[in-house]
Amino acid sequence: MTAPDLAEIWVYLAQKPLTGLTLTLCAYVAGDWLYEKSGRHPLLNPVPIAIALIAGLLWATDIPYRDYFEGAQFVHFLLGPATVALAVPLYQQLETLRKSGPALLAGVLIGSGTAAGCAYGFAWIGGASTETLLSIAPKSVTAPIAMGIAEQLGGLPSLTAVLVILTGITGAVFGPLVLNLARIKDWRARGLAMGVASHGIGTSRAFQVNAVAGAFAGLAMGLNGLATAILIPLIFALVL
Amino acid sequence: MIIRYLALILICQLIGETIQVASGIPVPGPVIGMAILFLGLLVKRGLPKDLSDTAGGLLRHLALLFVPAGVGVMLHVPRLADEWWPVFLAIVPGTLIAIAITALVMERLGRATIREEDKV
Repeated sequence: MTAPDLAEIWVYLAQKPLTGLTLTLCAYVAGDWLYEKSGRHPLLNPVPIAIALIAGLLWATDIPYRDYFEGAQFVHFLLGPATVALAVPLYQQLETLRKSGPALLAGVLIGSGTAAGCAYGFAWIGGASTETLLSIAPKSVTAPIAMGIAEQLGGLPSLTAVLVILTGITGAVFGPLVLNLARIKDWRARGLAMGVASHGIGTSRAFQVNAVAGAFAGLAMGLNGLATAILIPLIFALVL
Repeated sequence: MIIRYLALILICQLIGETIQVASGIPVPGPVIGMAILFLGLLVKRGLPKDLSDTAGGLLRHLALLFVPAGVGVMLHVPRLADEWWPVFLAIVPGTLIAIAITALVMERLGRATIREEDKV
């Protein structure tokens, strides 16, 4: 019996779930390392780096996404439990929620409607296809919820995940600039806006700037997820 | 990561998925699960530290969890190349307008309840 050559070993490994799983974690660790090295520069977010590394490797080696996902699904699966776990920070902020109650709820609801409405409306004006429209509507919501909404609507969850990440990065990089232009001098309002429009990536940015802003951003992210998850599918069910 | 609370989180998700499938309501099962856990905490009037640690463990690596789906971008390269203009419009001006409007609403309506530590 002759020893298998390198190509045969690679073909064998590429079909194993272990490879996709290992690749996912290693790429993320590399992305996170770069992010920390750069002093947490918003443009060097670990998620797009990890995605580019993995997609590039799969493309270069001709491994289909389906084979990669055989292993990566174990990470992907945790999105469900992580969504349930969002109840915990929501509960921890209960007192804050009560104190600024009406203003906060109005901000989240109007912001939630604006984010989804602008996403859908602008994409429609630009001439997007139906699948893209359905995938882009929940783009401001945190990924696990947005992907669930897209799935319900008949969009493409994997496309939504990409759009969600792009939205988060856009908000984290340019959001503070917009807030300065609008002369917003209230940390609660600044945080709330970042959380509503650019979910977790905007929230982590808000936390780095001010603790009150961070708390409101986290709360806004959770509430926006809940509001959008309930409102968008209902609106689509009623209108379409 | 305490197994008991991981089980609790999975049970909430399972109940949520069951409700979603049984009733056909268009809200994702895990979101219903989140609402169930939140209501449970409200009724119990307390957050066990181990639950908070378990949830924190899941959420600390939230960003990692969307990498597998994000790699799906390789399936969408032709679409993004075709539709880059509507996608750009929705993501850049769309997101920044949403930020401005949310902040303006909260600032105007929140003037009565603003505290010293909230001021920039």
